[in-house]
Amino acid sequence: MKRAGFATKWLPILLLVPQLTIIAVFFYWPAAHAVQSSFYLQDPFGFGSSFVGFDNYSDLMDNREYRRIAWFTVIFTVLVTFFSLAIALLLAVKADKVIRGAKSYRTLIMWVYAVAPPVAGFIGLILFNQSWGPLTRLIGQFGHQFTLGVNYTDTAFAMVLVSVWKQVPVNFIFFLSGLQSIPKSVREAALIDNRSASGRFWDVTFPLLAPTGFFLLIINITYALFDTFGVIDTLVKGEPGNNPMTLVYKVYVDGFRGNDLGGSSAQSVILMILVLALTVFQFRMLERRIHYT
Amino acid sequence: MAQVHLNDLHKVYPNGYEALKPSSFHIEDGEFVVLVGPSGCGKSTLLRMVAGLEEITAGALKIDDKVVNHVDPADRDIAMVFQNYALYPHMTVRKNIAYGLQNRKVAKDEIARKVDEAAEMLNLGEYLDRKPSQLSGGQRQRVAMGRAIVRDPSLFLFDEPLSNLDAKLRHQMRIEIKALQRRLGVTSIYVTHDQVEAMTMADRIIVMNAGRIEQIGTPEEVYHRPASTFVASFMGAPPMNLLPGEIADSALRFAGMELEGCGREAGPIVFGVRPEDILPDEDGALMLDVEIVEELGAHRLLHGTMGGEQVTMHVGKETAVSTGPLSVSVVPEAVSLFDPDSGLRLS
Ligand SMILES: Nc1ncnc2c1ncn2[C@@H]1O[C@H](COP(=O)(O)OP(=O)(O)OP(=O)(O)O)[C@@H](O)[C@H]1O
Ligand SMILES: [Mg+2]
Repeated sequence: MKRAGFATKWLPILLLVPQLTIIAVFFYWPAAHAVQSSFYLQDPFGFGSSFVGFDNYSDLMDNREYRRIAWFTVIFTVLVTFFSLAIALLLAVKADKVIRGAKSYRTLIMWVYAVAPPVAGFIGLILFNQSWGPLTRLIGQFGHQFTLGVNYTDTAFAMVLVSVWKQVPVNFIFFLSGLQSIPKSVREAALIDNRSASGRFWDVTFPLLAPTGFFLLIINITYALFDTFGVIDTLVKGEPGNNPMTLVYKVYVDGFRGNDLGGSSAQSVILMILVLALTVFQFRMLERRIHYT
Repeated sequence: MAQVHLNDLHKVYPNGYEALKPSSFHIEDGEFVVLVGPSGCGKSTLLRMVAGLEEITAGALKIDDKVVNHVDPADRDIAMVFQNYALYPHMTVRKNIAYGLQNRKVAKDEIARKVDEAAEMLNLGEYLDRKPSQLSGGQRQRVAMGRAIVRDPSLFLFDEPLSNLDAKLRHQMRIEIKALQRRLGVTSIYVTHDQVEAMTMADRIIVMNAGRIEQIGTPEEVYHRPASTFVASFMGAPPMNLLPGEIADSALRFAGMELEGCGREAGPIVFGVRPEDILPDEDGALMLDVEIVEELGAHRLLHGTMGGEQVTMHVGKETAVSTGPLSVSVVPEAVSLFDPDSGLRLS
């Protein structure tokens, strides 16, 4: 391959400056700031701060509520990731078989993708409205009084449901294009080799979708951890109370509601490390990933 | 082993395109039938209908006296070799070959034995633990063959299995496939658009054109007694010379030539003669104005005009040739006559 060179070393640096500036201003600087604040205890009125070392971290570890929220976050992430992937895969497999009207069917599923998270949360609010929400009524038919924002489990259920609903279209698009990139003749060969449709799916289709699936797994975990903020905020109406919340939401609640910048910063540093670990894991797996040709 | 009956098999695709006009034929036990025809004539469509990969619009498909129109591909007891091999990319060669057997509840040691046997037969022994992406085209082709033969099917279906190989390998595999089929004695349908493959491999050839069967016959019949001008010009390289002649006084007349004994009604006619059935002859009534001499080593092709028509003739390497006029004659019994309107053979 031909490599183009620059006459001076200043030009390339100059060309990189805008990009580096953006990264520095919007990523490294806040990150460094967060790390720094996590070692200080803020005066509740914001007048000053004192260095406390790792106190903010050890406080978190001892905090039962924090552990409870961490645990909820894990369960929430697993549920959202699993159901978003599973439902999207199911829909994609079905959509792949549709020949007539395939386009409108796909569009119907994909439009949800365009819905902003707070709007998705708002739709959730409407569906679960205490007095006239259709889902509240439906659940009421089964003898359960659904109370969003009051009952812990009910609220958690609504959070998972709306988050999954919001994420399914993204996964659907990827799974569908993954399915369509499997050569037709390979599927036909399987049709001759195996009479069971589910057998063919698990033996041939699913393994060939694995690279797509792995990529989506990481995307979905990240989504459930971080991008569900808007959904959660809308569903608990900014009134956390006893409601379930994820770690990211807790950062916001402690930092901006509780004015505990130090503790909140320590939490975000922990989350940063989590993302870092996830990214390293992803790249490791991608390197090892089997490339089919 | 099986017999295959097609009874007015008809295919119209959902978009309304009629890919196969109602067609009927019968394939004997152990026969090797080659479907040949130009691109888009419906060969793959027909084969895929036999495989069960394409729905049958009308007509009946029988394998061994059992109508299988609605039988699953997996239950038709067939094996298919695809043009692009269609190997499972995530499975090793061994798994690729074994997969069909595993789903048929064959015992493990039996599968292992059969896979080894097939690998032995196809010289795949050292590749069994590789993935298809680590094989050459020819090796992949063998794996696809292996996948077909371990199953001991009663019918082999091949859809242009050699068209992705280079000329030398294609020649070699052609012979191997034919030998393998002979040895196993499995009824086979083989699709190709290469008429050389058709001639060399087939017990019987089915020539197709535009969704229609033009002729069914042994390679000799198809070559020497083509059923239509289409078959005459499709089979053979170079193809048969087709020339406009005239019948008068029960003789065929063309550019000074007169062939007696063509007892037909007077009128225009198309007659065909193979390049090798035109012979240099000092007393010949015909004059070929040779324009190009094509040197092919073992023989030569002479291209020129005769009576205003383009004609190709074939001469052995011992015949001295040069461009310019050459006296020739045609072998009378090798002449085919065709109706000038329908293009059908008159005999
Ligand atoms: N799914 C389909 N829907 C509509 N028309 C189709 C479909 N598949 C094939 N055809 C048409 O049917 C005709 C026959 O196709 P087919 O694949 O059988 O040709 P073929 O003889 O195998 O050609 P080739 O030698 O190029 O493989 C073609 O004109 C093709 O365009
Ligand atoms: Mg074809």
